[in-house]
Amino acid sequence: MRRVLALLLLALLHATTGATAAAGIRIVDDRGVAVKLAQPPQRIVSLLPSLTETVCALDACDRLVGVDRWSNWPPPVRALPRLGGLDDVQVEALLRLRPDLVLAAVSHRTLARLEALGVRVVALEAERHADVQRVFTTVAALLGEPARGEQAWARVQQQIAQAAARVPAALHGATVYFEVASTPHAAGADSFIGQTLAALGLRNIVPPAMGPFPQLNPEFVVRARPELLVAVAREARRLAQRPGWAALPALREGRVCAVAEGPAWELLVRPGPRLGEAALALADCLAALPAPPPTTARAPLPPTASPR
Amino acid sequence: MSPPGAPTEARAGPGAAAHAPAQPRDARRARCLALLAALGGAALVLTALGLAAGSAGLSWSALQQDLADGHAAALIGQIRAPRTLGALLVGALLGLAGAIAQGVFRNPLADPFLLGSAAGASLAVVAVIAASALAGQAIAPAAAAWAERLGLVGAAYVGALGGVALTLLLARGAHQTLRLLLAGVVVGVLLGAIAELLTLLSPDALRARQAFQLGSTALLGWPALALLALGLALALPLALRSARVLDALTLGEDSAASLGLNLARWRLALVALLALCTALAVAQAGLVAFVGLVAPHLVRRLAPSAHGTLLAASALAGGVLLLAADVLARSIVAPQELPVGVVTAVLGGGYLLWLLGRGGVR
Repeated sequence: MRRVLALLLLALLHATTGATAAAGIRIVDDRGVAVKLAQPPQRIVSLLPSLTETVCALDACDRLVGVDRWSNWPPPVRALPRLGGLDDVQVEALLRLRPDLVLAAVSHRTLARLEALGVRVVALEAERHADVQRVFTTVAALLGEPARGEQAWARVQQQIAQAAARVPAALHGATVYFEVASTPHAAGADSFIGQTLAALGLRNIVPPAMGPFPQLNPEFVVRARPELLVAVAREARRLAQRPGWAALPALREGRVCAVAEGPAWELLVRPGPRLGEAALALADCLAALPAPPPTTARAPLPPTASPR
Repeated sequence: MSPPGAPTEARAGPGAAAHAPAQPRDARRARCLALLAALGGAALVLTALGLAAGSAGLSWSALQQDLADGHAAALIGQIRAPRTLGALLVGALLGLAGAIAQGVFRNPLADPFLLGSAAGASLAVVAVIAASALAGQAIAPAAAAWAERLGLVGAAYVGALGGVALTLLLARGAHQTLRLLLAGVVVGVLLGAIAELLTLLSPDALRARQAFQLGSTALLGWPALALLALGLALALPLALRSARVLDALTLGEDSAASLGLNLARWRLALVALLALCTALAVAQAGLVAFVGLVAPHLVRRLAPSAHGTLLAASALAGGVLLLAADVLARSIVAPQELPVGVVTAVLGGGYLLWLLGRGGVR
């Protein structure tokens, strides 16, 4: 892992210093595969919504010629040919678009097939803020516009700072549980969502040691007594019916961000250039919630919540 | 519908023919009682473990601390108790359904999900999630609101029963076993394909389908428990009353019919019972793998017996198996959890493999 990172740094250094030089563009993708391009690609296919958004955020939306089924932001990409999802990419339709670069998730099943057919593939995946920044830098380097990566990241950070300023002071240090799936899977402190929550001044009940998106024993949440809950609206309406959950301070006192299914939820769960917008949306929701009773002293988290 | 009692050979149950006649009747009965007692004991021990295993895993000190802190009422009473007993009941319903399925179809490969109930339940869950994602676009908000009210549990229940009803419709009733099995396979494939198509419309539906197929006992509460207990209390006596029919069936369909049994009607009744047990279980806990298949095998292996004992013991074995899986699922990586379906598949599949290795699958 460390070697891959070192290689990556080296490659990024190369990419940022001499991207458009005669040597062409060189990057190492998240599989550790070195990619060399003589020219910045002009016909790009993106097979991951967050990568589609990244390409557009770097002012290269016009270079996209095709996207995956779930890419729906920004609006212009909805007019592009759709090429299937993670497991069912329409290889023939993709080849017909003659892309000079395909951007996809590392876990994408068709990567090897596409490469065997002579398509240049770069696989990138983000779980944390630093990954998002790295994806920006890599994609910007690929586009031959290395400076735009840092600009885009600076914009995200600026929005996150704005969002943090909007969070009511009464909520600073409040404990939060962010549910990404009703199984229940949480967004832990070590995920991009968790990092955003931390930037907003909240304390995640799921410590970094548990990984980015762990499946929890529901008892863990009841025990941690979060003061804030964030979940998709459909589940949020039913949280109080879960055994033992009705007593949670967040549910008793109505501090739940129920995020509508569809675009609003997608904004929060995509590790892409709208990370800052997501933070602003969360901050707006938090600002509309009732403040916790001022007398509650913030108790330390129970022992099970600390890193094991 | 008042068939004469099946002959004594038939009471031996499937597969028992090789061993049972050699054993005196009393020895067999003692073995059955020993198995029931052992399963009952295991259920008690696992229930105690289930009450103790929380988000700190199986830890004596954590339990003591909870009791001392006064957390016990909320944590153990509201969460662990219904979850533990719920796993026992869901497993029992699946074990019972599996024993009925293997008896009706005279096939050790039969399981509760055979006749389209799994595919039907899965499709219904996907449809409800996709409906809320597509409300106002592809479908009317009123339909989405209706789906929302039905909820995932209700939808899975209706879907499971609907899948079996469709199978019965395609097979034109339960006259022919083979036709029924084929119709079940066709319905499974068709409904599965429709569910697959729906998941293309909404990534939420895709996740919901995955979660449903892995199964979960994590969020079982007291209301769910009441439903499950009621279901089992109704189903078990009905199943036991049909035990002699299943015994007669082990002689072959022709022999059973020659005993005066109206096989088509009995089969229909048993399929309905099987569907109700399965629908109740999967609605609350998802498609928990392998429990329904393995429980009857376990019982037949340890104590070959007539269907009366086999059905009751399979229910108990199913409950013990799922509860053991649940306790493991929440203890191994606590406070995280493993999907319980993965644990049952490992436990159940491992046991079947071991049986196969010893040439003991019957």
